[in-house]
Amino acid sequence: MSALLWALVALPLGTGGLLLAAGRRADRVAPALALAATVAATGLAVTVAFRHPTARAPFLDGLPLGLAVDGLSGLLVVTVTGVALAVLLFSVAEFGPDQARARFFGLMLLFAGSMLVTVTAATLPVLLMGWEVMGATSWALIGYWWREPRRTRAADTAFLTTRTADLGLYLAAGAALASGRDSTLSLDALARADDPWLSFIAAGLVVAALGKSAQLPFSFWLSKAMQGPSPVSALLHSATMVVAGAYLLLRTGPLLGASGWGDDVVAWTGAATALCLGLVAAAQSDLKQLLAASSCAQIGFMVLAAGVGATSGGTLQLIAHAAAKSLLFLAAGAWLTALGTQQLPELLGAARRHAVLGTAFTVAALSLAGLAPLSLWAAKDVLLSQALESSPWLYGVGLAAALLSAVYSAKALWYVWQAELPRPDARRVPVGAVAPLVPLALACVALTPLAFPPLREAVGRVVGGPGPLAPAAWEFALSGALALVAAALAWSGNTRALSLPGRATSVLANWLGLERAAHVLLVAPVMRLAHLAAAFDDRGLDRAVDGSAAAAVRLALWTNGVVERAMDGTVTAVASGTRTLGRWARRPQTGQLHQYLAQAVAAFTVLAVVLVLVR
Amino acid sequence: MLTALVFAPTAVALLLFVLPRRTATVVFRTVWVAVSAVELALVVAIWAGYDSDGGTQYEQRTRWIPSAGVGYHVGVDGLSLPLLALTCLLFLACALYSLRENRRVREFAALFLFLETTCLGLFAALDLILFFVFFDLSIVAMYFVIAGWGHRQAARAALKFFLYTFIGSLALLLGFIGLYLAASPHTFDMVELTRQNPLAGRSVYGGLVLLAVLVGLAVKTPTVPFHTWLPPAHVEAPAAGSAILAGVLLKMGTYGFVRIAMPMLPGAWRRYALVLVVVGVVSVLHGALVALAQTDFKRMVAYTSVNHMGYIVLAVGAAAATADSSEQARSLAVTGAVTQMVSHGLLTGALFLLAGVMYERGRTYDMPSYGGVAGVAPVFAAMTGVAAFASLGLPGFSGFIAEFQIFTGSLGPRPVATALSVLGILLTAGLFLRALRQVLTGPLRLPDAPGTPRAFPDMRTHESLAVVPLLVLAVVLGVAPRFLLDVVEPASRSVLELLAR
Repeated sequence: MSALLWALVALPLGTGGLLLAAGRRADRVAPALALAATVAATGLAVTVAFRHPTARAPFLDGLPLGLAVDGLSGLLVVTVTGVALAVLLFSVAEFGPDQARARFFGLMLLFAGSMLVTVTAATLPVLLMGWEVMGATSWALIGYWWREPRRTRAADTAFLTTRTADLGLYLAAGAALASGRDSTLSLDALARADDPWLSFIAAGLVVAALGKSAQLPFSFWLSKAMQGPSPVSALLHSATMVVAGAYLLLRTGPLLGASGWGDDVVAWTGAATALCLGLVAAAQSDLKQLLAASSCAQIGFMVLAAGVGATSGGTLQLIAHAAAKSLLFLAAGAWLTALGTQQLPELLGAARRHAVLGTAFTVAALSLAGLAPLSLWAAKDVLLSQALESSPWLYGVGLAAALLSAVYSAKALWYVWQAELPRPDARRVPVGAVAPLVPLALACVALTPLAFPPLREAVGRVVGGPGPLAPAAWEFALSGALALVAAALAWSGNTRALSLPGRATSVLANWLGLERAAHVLLVAPVMRLAHLAAAFDDRGLDRAVDGSAAAAVRLALWTNGVVERAMDGTVTAVASGTRTLGRWARRPQTGQLHQYLAQAVAAFTVLAVVLVLVR
Repeated sequence: MLTALVFAPTAVALLLFVLPRRTATVVFRTVWVAVSAVELALVVAIWAGYDSDGGTQYEQRTRWIPSAGVGYHVGVDGLSLPLLALTCLLFLACALYSLRENRRVREFAALFLFLETTCLGLFAALDLILFFVFFDLSIVAMYFVIAGWGHRQAARAALKFFLYTFIGSLALLLGFIGLYLAASPHTFDMVELTRQNPLAGRSVYGGLVLLAVLVGLAVKTPTVPFHTWLPPAHVEAPAAGSAILAGVLLKMGTYGFVRIAMPMLPGAWRRYALVLVVVGVVSVLHGALVALAQTDFKRMVAYTSVNHMGYIVLAVGAAAATADSSEQARSLAVTGAVTQMVSHGLLTGALFLLAGVMYERGRTYDMPSYGGVAGVAPVFAAMTGVAAFASLGLPGFSGFIAEFQIFTGSLGPRPVATALSVLGILLTAGLFLRALRQVLTGPLRLPDAPGTPRAFPDMRTHESLAVVPLLVLAVVLGVAPRFLLDVVEPASRSVLELLAR
């Protein structure tokens, strides 16, 4: 049983690693190998989702490597592999033989594989490993076209922002061990810690999750991540990376509740992100940027769900969003390749060019708008009804955010369904790129019944925790009607854009200026500090060392010049003094007797005087 | 067997001088690589025969200067075995890397073989004077490597390196003499001194001896503020010299912490552990910040060594807090510290060799002079990328295994210090990403030779042969670290038992 689970994570990681190691030599076989690995992984994912295996291997001292599949992670592994399969199928058609296909497919497999590790992780170290490798592969994927500096810079921003947040997980792991409740650091046992460690753990996890999920205030990295190829965006925004944070919060719901403050912080951050990034999305004029901001907003709903304990609602939202968002990005990518633009004003009538592509995009966008009877509409209401339970304000903000989803979705749709622009140099969209969109579009519809009885209760049983609240019929009707009205208004008024003052629009279009703020408040001071430290090293410490060496040399010279001369002078003086004494001593030695007699008389006289005086 | 392992390289080095002067250089190179390979095979055999729960093994003891309590005493345990293996591997990598070295090959090979003896001897030594002799001889050999085969300002950098670390070694000797005088009967034998714990209950004397030992080791490690000899030494040293200097010689300092200071001076260590924690955190942050400000690739890597060694100092300091942490946490911290020694040896060795590849092509380490190198040298770019990510602590590589254990084990007893030093991995991420972006990506830009831009050929076979095994081992350690941890964990537990006396 556990072999299945090991195979599930090892297959994509191993194949991806091999493709990367082989490099361009493997370009020809890369798509086929990657697809084969993904198909096999999808099969394994479905199997483990039913069988719920666990796997364990010794790793660090007392910290085993634990993987486990339960209901929630079972749904996730199927979503991850399913979306990855669709995205890779699309990529096969998109990435021509002239591209570095081995690198692309290898990284995509590593990326999906590390997401699989993240969602099946049973212990914190394993989670952290999948989590960080996913960030690093996203760096390599965003900067896939590395000759263009803006793309690599965007990749750096994305990785550094998410890693800043990841530090929370490192600290949470240490705190969990310090709390002494569970020495294996299993995720389920985190909630049993005592304060202050409990709050420490909760804070670490929440920061890491918010960062990965591009919630406020970390949202800006997702805008940058748009510099990657479209299939990367499709996978990154739907079933991997950004939803990992939401998944972690859904999984550790009991911990948030136990901390006493975590659930409220999470719920309100999610709601605020849903609202603010919804506004940002509505202000974009670039299709991919609009979709990116909408990802933040939609994941805000999942985070909100985690905060209010709506595990099944959040999971439904996650799956429904994965289907819709991957489709939208793939369609945007297909247009980008065919028409050479992702600017909405230049995409006028794009949907009319290719009926299947246009229809699929429309279905997904309508689902994103929250229109009945599509899946995001239903999923959102399941989680919002739980929010209503905990606070009407939260519900209100959620509804407002849902309304904004309708506005930005309608905006995108309006552009692509206008009368077509003449496009002499447009390229054809390959059939292979459209085919994978169809099942995704079908999923947008087919997932709706999961939000209604009896399937809703089944989902609740599968994901565990308290069963989902049954939303009243009016909630479904209200949100559906609001979305419809908002979408209609946005559609009819789109030529005037949003009637906001220019300044506000520019702030929104720039993603609330979050990136600038991060630069001014964090990056610039750190760089200044770095230069100060370097200057201190070179001009302070090192000069002190050199100075002491120079002082030693000076001391030596001084010793040589002064002390040596003094000592030598003393010796010379003693010698010359002795010589002088000797010369004096020679004086009386004249050899003449009368002089010796006189000397003797003088000496005896002195002796006699001394004797007399001493007595 | 251990004695053969230690002295075989020097014996061969002497043989090299017996050969006639006209011998083709290819002979010297072949002999050098062959001896290094045999050494690696020997150490693998030792590892295979090592029983991880058996304490000190392969012990050998001979009278040397009995009147002064000095003996020839060597042995291996879980702390020294990984470092012996790392030493052999790195020396083999350097021998392979230097296959194209043309300047005075015989002397170069002989010097490296002699250096290998000093490094192996130090890690195997179980007598303080033996330890000290190898410690000083390694400085001498490295001085000649830097001065003789270094870049333009090598003489000055080598002199600074020699004098600074030599003064450090004198402090160390002072500390050793202090231990000798306190023991009864007087002895320099490490096992005996560890058993006696001669300075138990003598706080002032113990504190002074610890101070002397710590200063000596801190210079070699190096920790802030004793680190300023390191950047010039690295920048001026030849690539193979840098790899050994960072990969092996720096470990002598940190190895001394766990081998000498912790078990022989447990009381003083516990009392002054906070100082170590502070020094560790300052080294982590200061090293990373200064590295971030560098534009010279090799200097930057040199400063990340200060940062990485800081984690070790933090861990051994935090492990002293016996009261407020579990046995598991302390064992994680010490095991993490030893793992970090191995991991840093592999990764910094690889990074310095790659820096050598870069210098060999472009004749400069200045990062802004390069750009888009991935286009002309994809294999070089891939290896540099992998080494950089491994060095910034990405899971799947050995650095993560080391740093995760250090952080997890240290957070309980020292939450503030650990929280601050976690920032170090963010700073290293930033500086490595910036370096990768600048050198490898973007439009192609290469430093000018007189007249035209230099060519930048991709990795040659001998260079790949040197770097790839280091990176592969870093991945193996990152994915399946048990084979190393099985050896280290019992040893770190026994160090902690000795520390708790």
